[in-house]
Amino acid sequence: MTRADFPILQRTVHGGKPWIYLDNAATTQKPQAVIDAVSDFYTWHNSNVHRGAHTVSAEATAMYEASRETVKDFLNAARTEEIIFTQGTTESINLVASSWGGANLAPGDEVLVTDMEHHANIVPWYMICERTGAVLKHVPIHDDGSLDLAAAEEMMTERTKMFAFTHVSNTTGVINPARELCAMARQRGITTLVDGAQAVAHFAVDVQVIDCDFYVFSGHKVYGPTGIGVLYGKYHVLDAMPPYQGGGAMIKDVTFEKITYNDVPTRFETGTPSIAGAVGLRASLQASFQASVPASLQASLQGSQHDSLTGTLAGTLACKLAGTLTETLAGFRVLGDTPMKIDIVSFVVEGVHASDIGMLLDEQGIAVRVGHHCTMPLMRRFGVESTVRASFAFYNTPEEAEKLVDGVHKAVKMLR
Amino acid sequence: MTTEETIDQIAAELAQFDDWEDRYAHIIAMRKTLNPMPPDHQTDTFLVKGCQSKVWLYPSFDGEKVHFEADSDAVIVKGLVAMLMRIYNHRTPKEILSVSGNFVERLGLTTHLSQNRANGLASMVKQISMYALALSVAHGK
Repeated sequence: MTRADFPILQRTVHGGKPWIYLDNAATTQKPQAVIDAVSDFYTWHNSNVHRGAHTVSAEATAMYEASRETVKDFLNAARTEEIIFTQGTTESINLVASSWGGANLAPGDEVLVTDMEHHANIVPWYMICERTGAVLKHVPIHDDGSLDLAAAEEMMTERTKMFAFTHVSNTTGVINPARELCAMARQRGITTLVDGAQAVAHFAVDVQVIDCDFYVFSGHKVYGPTGIGVLYGKYHVLDAMPPYQGGGAMIKDVTFEKITYNDVPTRFETGTPSIAGAVGLRASLQASFQASVPASLQASLQGSQHDSLTGTLAGTLACKLAGTLTETLAGFRVLGDTPMKIDIVSFVVEGVHASDIGMLLDEQGIAVRVGHHCTMPLMRRFGVESTVRASFAFYNTPEEAEKLVDGVHKAVKMLR
Repeated sequence: MTTEETIDQIAAELAQFDDWEDRYAHIIAMRKTLNPMPPDHQTDTFLVKGCQSKVWLYPSFDGEKVHFEADSDAVIVKGLVAMLMRIYNHRTPKEILSVSGNFVERLGLTTHLSQNRANGLASMVKQISMYALALSVAHGK
């Protein structure tokens, strides 16, 4: 995949200004291959899955299941049944919190998250803790935005039942050492969930290397369609879980006296799924395989050693522009000032409101996100209410990063 | 000047600028027409909901006209608030409630305001109207 494969990147805004899309952490753009796959599905193969006795339904089912197989390869899961399709990361976490949490949490038990979580990895746990009487705890972070690993280890006690943490912070881009954290939890018999929403577009993920119990991500953040997401779970963990939502397909037998639930993964996929979404996701995962970071980096990204991460990602566009702005713009401050991050820069400028900067960048054709990024605890930790976040994808160019630097200077000059 | 005349005047001011930078500079400069708002009135009670940045509106009524203190923590929004104050401040409830809702289009701002910002502006106008309505009802005007 190259930049040329993404038609939308050709468009202009505000009367002919080239559109500079730096909001990839919110959603990534779709390559022609994904658009074609979705279009082809609706044009030629649309039927419901797993139900019809007819040819095209069988085609649709085969396409849907082929996507599950592709996701299995993408994450290097041990079994295809370990892949459950959901609406997205948020639904995946809600499914685990409700089903696994409902069955496994008791009063006094503890669920551990971190201060850098997206609300989607806080609120579902808060809700299940309220329901079960379990207690929600959160691991602090260092001033540079990285997780306090010593505190994490200390907070994992015999009361801890679940450790749910993000692989990559959506606000700062900071990468957590997922394998090391999961090993820490495993030694203490703690179940783990890794939120991979921001990771999957940036480096290869191997769930068997990370050795987590659950891994979740959204299709639309890895160049696929919206409305499709993935929950990976170890088979024996999933198999022991009760259903999440009730309805068609997730059952084996229904009488009014007794209902027998279906096997994994069908038990967790009731109602008509996003078939076109799954088909589009397959196309994106097949295409983005070629665009992922070099193999030499992949091992270190999954690794536990901080040293192996340091420096490897320091050359990103976000890092470069953060360096330039730090040098040239008074009061410029980056949240998450560590080289162990994906291509995101989240910043504030002293004395200037983030929303003002965002608005003047938009006038210049530059799309960024402004706000708390659904991470209010993290904002409080850094003592800010909102930031400007520029998040890059592989199709962004050094010229675009330079335009952002100029755009921020221009905005601040107008605002100060 | 009536509310209608004020809207026409602001529209004329904004129309003289060919590029977005000058137009924004004008809106940003307009914030200086706001009187300082006492910090003890900048409380959550007087926050306008639905804005990306913080906007405070503190109303009072002298028996005839509604008076507002207003502020924002963002510069562009503060300019927009100041612009609204030129239209709505020191007016009778009847005058406030008779301003037609499409004045944002008349000002030629819609192409420049993002949906969020336009919604924020709409929230402010709604809040101003609510205060005017509540004050006029409370005082039987």
